[in-house]
Amino acid sequence: MLGQLAASLTDGLLLGFVYGLAAMGLTLIWGVMSVINLAHGPIIALGMFGTYLLFSHLGLNPYLAVVLVALLGLPVGFLIYGAAVHRVINAPHLSSLLATFAVNMIIIGVGTAIFSTSPQNIDFSMGTLEMGPLTVPGTRLVAAFGSLLFTAGLYLFLYFSRPGKAIRAVANNRRAAELMGIPSSLVLALSFGLGTLLAAAAGGLIATFFPFTILSGGSYELKSFVICVLGGLGHPLGALLGGLILGGLEGLVPTFMPVSWVPVVEFGLFVLVLLVRPRGLMGARK
Amino acid sequence: MKFWRQPGFWLPLVIIFAWGLTILLLHQDTARETAFTLLMFVALASSLNILLGYTGYVSFGHIVFFGVGGYFGFYLLSQHDWSLLPAALAGGIVSALIAGLLGLAILRLRGAYFALATIGINEAARAFVDNFSPFGGATGMFVNFSAYQPYGGPGPALWTTFTYLWLITLAVLVVSYLVKHSRFGLGLLAIREDEDAAMVMGVKAPRAKTIAFMLSAFAPGMVGTLYFFKNGNVEPGDAFQLHMSIEMLVIVMLGGMGTVSGPLVGSVTYVGLRGYLLTSPLFKSLHLAVAGLILLLIILFVPTGAVGWVRTRLPWLRRALE
Repeated sequence: MLGQLAASLTDGLLLGFVYGLAAMGLTLIWGVMSVINLAHGPIIALGMFGTYLLFSHLGLNPYLAVVLVALLGLPVGFLIYGAAVHRVINAPHLSSLLATFAVNMIIIGVGTAIFSTSPQNIDFSMGTLEMGPLTVPGTRLVAAFGSLLFTAGLYLFLYFSRPGKAIRAVANNRRAAELMGIPSSLVLALSFGLGTLLAAAAGGLIATFFPFTILSGGSYELKSFVICVLGGLGHPLGALLGGLILGGLEGLVPTFMPVSWVPVVEFGLFVLVLLVRPRGLMGARK
Repeated sequence: MKFWRQPGFWLPLVIIFAWGLTILLLHQDTARETAFTLLMFVALASSLNILLGYTGYVSFGHIVFFGVGGYFGFYLLSQHDWSLLPAALAGGIVSALIAGLLGLAILRLRGAYFALATIGINEAARAFVDNFSPFGGATGMFVNFSAYQPYGGPGPALWTTFTYLWLITLAVLVVSYLVKHSRFGLGLLAIREDEDAAMVMGVKAPRAKTIAFMLSAFAPGMVGTLYFFKNGNVEPGDAFQLHMSIEMLVIVMLGGMGTVSGPLVGSVTYVGLRGYLLTSPLFKSLHLAVAGLILLLIILFVPTGAVGWVRTRLPWLRRALE
């Protein structure tokens, strides 16, 4: 029993790192420009399909493909920001919510037309790692490690590079940053690009061990919302913590009750945190 | 100002009344089905508009009230042999009560936080009903064939359902107009513009918001019961479809949020557009993308929607287009 518990917890936690990475993109965009990116899920799905295409048609190593797909995510993010978000950045929330949702519909629509909704998977194995009672698939281990690398990369970028510092300045106070000579539109576009990059990378990593369709992004988007709220909207590191909590729950809950109750627990927790502590577990500051 | 002398009050009512009457007189099944979908959209979108357009709160989970009310009404219909109208009323009352309870909790959240909470509630409700056995779990419930007997068999029962929906839609439009032009509605509009300022001016914002939320949940509960009675069964996937919440949002935006006739214009346009996109060979596989593109263009360039646009361009029409 204890061994089984430990096994499912490890499974869940490893998954949690990747969930955290996916949510990080969402929370970064929220933190910088107060926009909830409802096109987040389709971008995750695009990351999955990008990795899949590079792997199955060009024969690339999936992890190399994930990096390429992530880099491609940056210009895609610029494009979405320029086309859909920039005009409504100062409008009420409703406008940006609906604008990004429109992008969501466009991506899903075009994606369904091209890829259909049949499931795909990346047939790639890294063997398994055995530690006592635990058996961990290599792909999950690498995915968790990859998520940590991306997180570290994001932190180094935000804290030690000029554009990263500009992003933090704009997130803090856009007008003051503009007065200091920071081109805020460019910085917003860059943050949106970074958010897209993280989402695409997370999608690619998930694709290495789960089958997926063009619609799979939706469930990861919902998980990302839960995680963002758990960790505090706008706190990238909180997203990692939230991801671990959610992953751990997903691992543990099925050992106590039927699997179909997992979403009830997740969203119950989500609403509860929103009500009791809307700034999230990490969001201590006002 | 007497509201029954205003053309803006009568115009949408006369359109819906004449249209429903035509369908009843024509007595064609296909026409009735089309009209049923359209009327349903009008009623749902108008209800959402009370919250979204007047109060300025974005709800991504409004379909929850359609699902919850529909489920409850259908449960009474199929398991306890209630007749349609009381069951629909009960469905509406239950969803309004649930909205009141939810509202006490989540209406404290503002803006994007409220929107996120509504997404969570939609998912939680679906997952809950999936697992709640008195409501039939994942397979849902079916209506017994004998339940159609009091209406003279399944065929006439569908016409009765349609008539009820028609009357409910008319009532929703009346309520929508009255709310907009009442003191209470002005309070809601003030909350939409600036909640803190509204509270300073004496609007009891928490109470007003909760009442608006309950009002906007009542009709979806009734419509849900009618819809599932028409279908003859109810299942979680059918009752809690996030995309229908979105369709309602698109309709309200298309027609013009905060207007009485907007949801009507939006529904007709949206259903027509969707029908065209689904059947045209060029757009058949791309209909979702095209709908998304249209939505994006509306939000970016005509944020007030069709009715709002006409109202700013043609001021003399303002009295007729509320």
